[in-house]
Amino acid sequence: MIDTLRLTAEEATSLLERGEVSPAELHRAYLDAAAERNEELNVYLCTVDDGAEGASGVPVAFKDIISTEGIETTAGSRILAGYRPVFDATVATRCKDAGLSLLGKTNMDEFAMGSSTENSAFGPTRNPWDPTRVPGGSSGGSTAAVAAGLAPWALGSDTGGSIKQPAALCGVVGLRPTYGTVSRYGIVAFASSLDQVGPIAKTVRDCARLHQVIAGRDPCDSTTVELPEPVELPEAEDLKGLRIGVPRELNEAEGIEAGVAEQVARALDLARDLGAEIGECSLPRSVEFGLPCYYLIAPSEASSNLARYDGVRYGLRSTPDGDVRAMYDRTRHDGFGDEPKRRIMLGTYALSAGYYEAFYGQAQKVRTVIRDEHAAAFEQFDVLASPTSPTVAFELGARTANPLAMYAADLLTIPSNLAGLPGLSIPCGLSEGLPVGLQLIGRQFSENLLFRAGHALERALAFDFVPERLR
Amino acid sequence: MTWEPVIGLEIHVHLKTRTKMFCRCPVAYFEPPNTQTCPVCLALPGSLPVPNRKAVEWTVLLGLALGCEIAAHAVFHRKNYFYPDNPKGYQISQYDEPLCVTGSVPLPGPDGDIEVGIVRAHLEEDAAKTVHVGGAEGRIHGAESSLVDFNRAGTPLVEIVTAPDLRSSEDAKRFLQLLRQTVVELGISDAEMEKGSLRFDVNVSVREAGETGFRTRTELKNMNSFNFAAKGIEREIRRQIEIYESGGEVEQETLHFDPGNESAPPLRSKEEAQDYRYFAEPDLVPVEPERELVERLRGELPEPPWARIRRLEAEVGFALAEELVTAGRDELYSRTPGEREAVANVLMNELAAAGVDPAAVNGEELGKVIAQRTEIPQAAFAEALAASGSEGFSAETYLAETTIADVSELDPVIDRILSENEQQVEAYRGGKEGLLGYFVGQVMKETGGKANPQVVNERLREKLKA
Repeated sequence: MIDTLRLTAEEATSLLERGEVSPAELHRAYLDAAAERNEELNVYLCTVDDGAEGASGVPVAFKDIISTEGIETTAGSRILAGYRPVFDATVATRCKDAGLSLLGKTNMDEFAMGSSTENSAFGPTRNPWDPTRVPGGSSGGSTAAVAAGLAPWALGSDTGGSIKQPAALCGVVGLRPTYGTVSRYGIVAFASSLDQVGPIAKTVRDCARLHQVIAGRDPCDSTTVELPEPVELPEAEDLKGLRIGVPRELNEAEGIEAGVAEQVARALDLARDLGAEIGECSLPRSVEFGLPCYYLIAPSEASSNLARYDGVRYGLRSTPDGDVRAMYDRTRHDGFGDEPKRRIMLGTYALSAGYYEAFYGQAQKVRTVIRDEHAAAFEQFDVLASPTSPTVAFELGARTANPLAMYAADLLTIPSNLAGLPGLSIPCGLSEGLPVGLQLIGRQFSENLLFRAGHALERALAFDFVPERLR
Repeated sequence: MTWEPVIGLEIHVHLKTRTKMFCRCPVAYFEPPNTQTCPVCLALPGSLPVPNRKAVEWTVLLGLALGCEIAAHAVFHRKNYFYPDNPKGYQISQYDEPLCVTGSVPLPGPDGDIEVGIVRAHLEEDAAKTVHVGGAEGRIHGAESSLVDFNRAGTPLVEIVTAPDLRSSEDAKRFLQLLRQTVVELGISDAEMEKGSLRFDVNVSVREAGETGFRTRTELKNMNSFNFAAKGIEREIRRQIEIYESGGEVEQETLHFDPGNESAPPLRSKEEAQDYRYFAEPDLVPVEPERELVERLRGELPEPPWARIRRLEAEVGFALAEELVTAGRDELYSRTPGEREAVANVLMNELAAAGVDPAAVNGEELGKVIAQRTEIPQAAFAEALAASGSEGFSAETYLAETTIADVSELDPVIDRILSENEQQVEAYRGGKEGLLGYFVGQVMKETGGKANPQVVNERLREKLKA
């Protein structure tokens, strides 16, 4: 009997290697778990029951933003309902080549726009720790799948915090890689200069293993680069010599719950015990201007990226009376939910003649300032630490009427994303019975260091990743 | 009042790369619709562009030929607009950081050079082709449905923008012809207007002589030949002058010509200030051509057409030099010995009419034929020219046939013809000297085309004088 709630991908690999379980049996065990719990959680938009044909490894779930040949890929939007790609995303190909079977496609905020997975056209996903609460987003389907034992690991995508924040809210590990290390080919685009695919797992080592599979230059994505060093599985149990900076503004921001701050402080104390040097630092402009800067750049790019959904070649087509303009208008009216519409309008405005300099142009300058400010902090420190999310998982519907409150959920993850830096979220304790995430930010291409720090802390923290109600 | 036309050009040249600008689909325009496509040029979700290196290299090459500076750092931008031929909802183009800037071409003219500024030359992707069904003249208005063929979507296109430095329709036509010749010689485009691989728009305004500012311009679109363009420009210049002279104001508008019907009046449309919301394409990194590459390409540039016109002008005069170069016949001219003007004229007239590919001709042998052109029968000359492009062509075969130049042989024929045509002889003597050609024709007919026309002319004139 496979306990999918507890089994890590690393343990599953050992079972496979020892021949104690077959890839098909493993695949089946997760589908069975999904059959049992998906109705409540709404994690999977579709599952793949192909008997794990051709697979030799551990099955994986993909956020529905990742194109999969012949398998419906909707990005959580009605406008793509029924769309079956004719090609695999590069990350999907790499997983296939590594022998991983695909369990299914996970729910997400429409076009990755959201922080709660409530903006899906196919209903919200629920948090396995408390089904009255959101799993975070936009990769909430993937993080909930891992937390609820419906997948040993999964891929998500992160633009403003869409891997890190739901990983924190679901009590799992999530990596947002350095921009340019994982191919975006075949990833339904939201904001091209920020989108990055990354792994979600129960442990840091699992996260590193999955990152090993997907990272590296892809000739189909001009913005990817060769990794300066191969991905290593972390071994060290101490943090000797590691300098951890604690940016004041990321740790004392308004809205950070006391219970969250407490768990992060406890984790930092443990880090000190493991040999790390902890010091304060400051990222004043990054935190003050990060959110507004992000909400100009991301919607601007989105307004352009979402222009291709016009009903001409694929996806939804509404056919009102009138000309091609009428078809565009009605198709987009019917196909997009409120949040994409809101961001398309914001972005179109920010890019318009007469406004470009004040909005999009200015945001690009601010982005440079944020990058420089982070670079300065990394002259003194190897890793920066903060809460991943200001709060634990909030209740369904609590923020849907207030977009600004929803946007604030990414306050702490956005600045380093704008700087193109990698960030790892690991669970560091519970507050009000719900998981709290610790965010570790590194220099460009320092994923190995983040894995090392995360792994040592994970061991010391001994967080039980199985939701209490499911134990 | 004297009016001065001010003309600027925007030229689109299709590069004949093997594959499209941002994907690996073949560039093939005449295949069945939608067979040369992939996720990238169909803009399927998640697809990403990868620039075609050859296209970048060729744009640099063209920029160098036009005397441009090559940017060390060029950026692709997104030009956003909705249209069914634009699958991504944006065209990847270049905006404020194009590959080539600030060039200049010394355009030769009969009265000296005109420096034509090249504002920029940039690289972009072409749109798909739309066919509107059921509407008038294939236009979108009133169409029942539209079909889109994505074979052309994403094919590489260079846009060249000149400064408003041209002052006449002849200048504009000459510039276009020389530019066409340049890209053909660089081997980067077929530049065939019929196939749409060379397209251009013309901006026209007029101003009073001596005026320094520019007045409102109109844009002429869709012209399908250089001659048609020259006519269109002339017509537009006259129209604007008439407006000003009757106290009116020229309105900014676009004139669309119907490529299928040159006599149809152009359709007008108001210039809409469209907002394309340009921003740097985040899916691509900046293009930074290596200096070594640029210098290597500079070293490979052939002598430009405008320089060759100036070189040949001394031998054959401006008009013939221009004709030779724009027709791509000056290379054969240069390797064909003989009296220069005669060689040039034969190349531009008889040889061109014979449809012989100049590149296939042996210049030495052709020179021999041309040298003897008045000595051999017309028919033999024409045959020799027609054969001059074939392999192993030798002038000897044709030169063996000599003409009848012997007066003692020709005089009896001439006398007989004159006596048989008494009425015409009288008319000629009465002042209708145009009849000479008639008599020449009769003599040629009698001699089976072998009479030497010069001698026949001389003898006829003399005899008719009497």
